[in-house]
Amino acid sequence: MKLGYVELAHDPRYANRGALSGIVFTDLGRPYQGSQVALEDAQAVGRVTGVEFSMEKSTATSDDELVQRISDWMTSDGIHFVLADLPAAALKDLARRLTDRPVMLINISAPDDSLRGADCANNVLHTYPSESMLSDALMQYLVAKGWIQILVLQGPAPEDAAMVTALQRSARKFRANVVETRQFLLTNDPRNREQSNIVLMTGGIRYDVVYVADSSGEFGRYVLYETSLPRPVVGTAGLVPTAWSWSWDRDAAVQLQHRYERASPPRRMNGADWAAWEAVKAVTQAVMRTHSTAFDAVKAFLLSDKLTLDTVKGNPGSFRAWDHQLRAPVLLSTADAVIERAPLPQYLHQTNVLDTLGIDAPETTCRF
Amino acid sequence: MLDARLLTRGLPALALGLVMSAGAIAKDTGYIFVSNEKTNNIAVIDPKQDYKIIQWVPTSHRPRDMKFGDDRRLLYVACGDDDVIDVIDVATLKVADHIPTGPSPEMFQLSRDEKALYVSNEEGSSVQEISIADKLIVREFATGAEPEGLAISADGKTLYVTSEVTDMVHVVDAEAGVVTDNIVVGTRPRRLLLLTGGKELWVSNELSGEVSVIDRAANRVSATIDFLPPGFRQVDVTPVGMTMTRDGKSGIVALGRANHVAFVDTATRKVEDYVLVGSRAWGVALSRDEKTLYVANGLSDDLSIVDMETRKAIRAVPVGRVPHSVLVDD
Repeated sequence: MKLGYVELAHDPRYANRGALSGIVFTDLGRPYQGSQVALEDAQAVGRVTGVEFSMEKSTATSDDELVQRISDWMTSDGIHFVLADLPAAALKDLARRLTDRPVMLINISAPDDSLRGADCANNVLHTYPSESMLSDALMQYLVAKGWIQILVLQGPAPEDAAMVTALQRSARKFRANVVETRQFLLTNDPRNREQSNIVLMTGGIRYDVVYVADSSGEFGRYVLYETSLPRPVVGTAGLVPTAWSWSWDRDAAVQLQHRYERASPPRRMNGADWAAWEAVKAVTQAVMRTHSTAFDAVKAFLLSDKLTLDTVKGNPGSFRAWDHQLRAPVLLSTADAVIERAPLPQYLHQTNVLDTLGIDAPETTCRF
Repeated sequence: MLDARLLTRGLPALALGLVMSAGAIAKDTGYIFVSNEKTNNIAVIDPKQDYKIIQWVPTSHRPRDMKFGDDRRLLYVACGDDDVIDVIDVATLKVADHIPTGPSPEMFQLSRDEKALYVSNEEGSSVQEISIADKLIVREFATGAEPEGLAISADGKTLYVTSEVTDMVHVVDAEAGVVTDNIVVGTRPRRLLLLTGGKELWVSNELSGEVSVIDRAANRVSATIDFLPPGFRQVDVTPVGMTMTRDGKSGIVALGRANHVAFVDTATRKVEDYVLVGSRAWGVALSRDEKTLYVANGLSDDLSIVDMETRKAIRAVPVGRVPHSVLVDD
C-alpha cells in the first residue's frame, strides 16, 4: 500500500513562519513528520498482515507539476491516497483537475470552510479541522464561561478575515455577541496608533473577552496583559483552539508526542502534524479492516460509519458524509496547558456530539 | 546498584523479622493498594478501619500496574516515568528494591515460576522478559506500538500482549521467545483477561467500546460483547480494566468514561448489570470473599466500593491523583 504526499516548495504559509527576529515562537512547520510517525505504525501492522506500507513524497513548484506527479503515481505506482499539505487555492485546483480519477486527496493543513462548503470536492477528505470547527470549539467554551460579549481585533490578512467570519457564525450558533470588530495594523507609526496601540484598541468599550485574529503572530502575542480592561484573550493568542497541543496528556497523547519527538526535527508536534498522522492512520485502518488495498474498497470503508479512528483526544473519529470532514475533538490550549477539550459535555447532539463542532448536515452548502 | 539476589532473597526474612518485633501478622492484611499516577505513591487502605488510608507509600514516578509476588510478601509496581519496577515489602510498606525496565513500563505479569517479569514498555514497542534475581533483561519481543495488556496461559508457555496502536493481540511462545500469531481485535485494545478454564481470552477495546472474545484454540475473535450503560452514548464507552469472580461465571469490565462497571455472564456473554461508579473507571479488583469490588476512578481521584450482593456502589474513598490500579491483600 503506497501513499503519496504533496507539498509546494514556496508555500507562503511556511515563509518566515514561527520565527520572528530569528527566535522561534510557535510550532508552525511542515507536517511531513507527522505522517512518518503513523507510517512507522502502519509498517508494524503491515509486517503482520502482509501489507507493505510506504510513502512517496513530492515537493513541487506549481499546481501543474503536482497534477503530473499524482497522475504518474496513479499509473505507475498504484498510489491512490495522497496527503496534501497545500493552501486552499492549490488544493481546490488539484481536486478539480483530478476529478473522476481514482485518487483521494487528504487535506492535512488547510482550515478553509470553503473547501468543505461551496468549493467542496468528492475526491478530498479533510483530517485538518475546519475554521468553523475551531471557532465553534472556542465559542462553546466562551459561552459556558459566560464570556459572551466579544471584542474582535482583526488583522489585515485574508486568513484573519476568514477567522472572523467563522467566529461570527459561531457566535450566532451559540448565542454570543461580537460587540465590535476593530482592525489592527502592524505599524509603529504614531499617526496609526488607534490601530496599533493595544490599550487604545481595547479601550472605550465594554466586553467580556478579546478575540484576536492575527495569522501573522506578530501582534497577538502582545495583547495579553496589555488590554485596557482586565479581560482574557482568545483566538490566535491566549486561549487558542487547535487540532493539537504538545501539552495534551490524556488519551495516549503523550506516547504519540514522544514517538513524534524521537523522529522529528527540534520542534513539537502541531495541528497539521496531527492531521497528517491521522490521515495515514485512517488509511491503515481501512486496509486492515477491509483486508484490501484496492482503491474502491479502502475509500468505501473510509467514508463508512465503520471507521473508528483513534483521535488521541477521546472521541473516535469518522468522516462526515456531507462534506468529508473528519469528526474529531478540538483542544483549547494556552502556551503550556490544554484548558479544555471540545465538544464540552454540556453541548449535546442528536447523533454524535462531535457534530456540535463545525458545519452540520442541515446547514452544509457542499454538493458533491 | 544493590545486589539483587541478596535483596530478593533477604526480603522475606527481613520482613519476618520486622513482623515479629512489631507483634503483628503481615500476611492477609486485607489492605487495599491503589497506585496513583500523578502523586507517585500507593495509598494503603484498611477496610477494617472504615477504609482509612493507613499509609502512603512513596514510589518512583508514575506508578501503574501492581502484582503481588512471593506469596503476597512483595508488591511489584511498574513506575512508568522512571523506567523501573519498584519492589515493596508488604510487611513494612516500604520500597525495598528497584528493577530497571525499558522505557515507560505500564502493565506486567510475573512468570508462573515467579522468576521473571514480562513487562510491556508503552514507549518502546516491546515486551521484555526481565530476570528478577539478576535484574537483567533476558529477552525482548518486538510488538506493535504501545503494547499494554499482558496475559500468561496457565502452563506459562504462551504470552498474550495487546498493542494499542496496531489493534492486535500478539501471541508469544514464551519458551522460544517468538511471536507466533497476531489476532486483529477491536480498536485500541488495552487489557486481557484469561477466563477460567483457559479456553477464552477477553480483550477490552477502549476506542471501539467492546470486549473481543478470543477463542484460544483458533486464535481468532469468536464473539464481541457490546456495552451501553443508561444515559451514556457509545462513544463514552471506553472499557479498560477487567476481572472476574473465582468461579469464572461473572466477568467485570470497567467502562472508563461511561463511569460504570459492567457485570457480564461469561457463559451467555450478556451484560447483567451496570453499576455507576466514579469518573473514568479503569482498575478493578475483588476482595477474596468476593463480597466487595473496588474500582479505581482515574478522573475523580477516588476508589468506588461496590457491594457485590446488591451490585451498588456504597461509597467512594478519596485516594491520590489519577488512581490507576487496585490490588487487595487478602
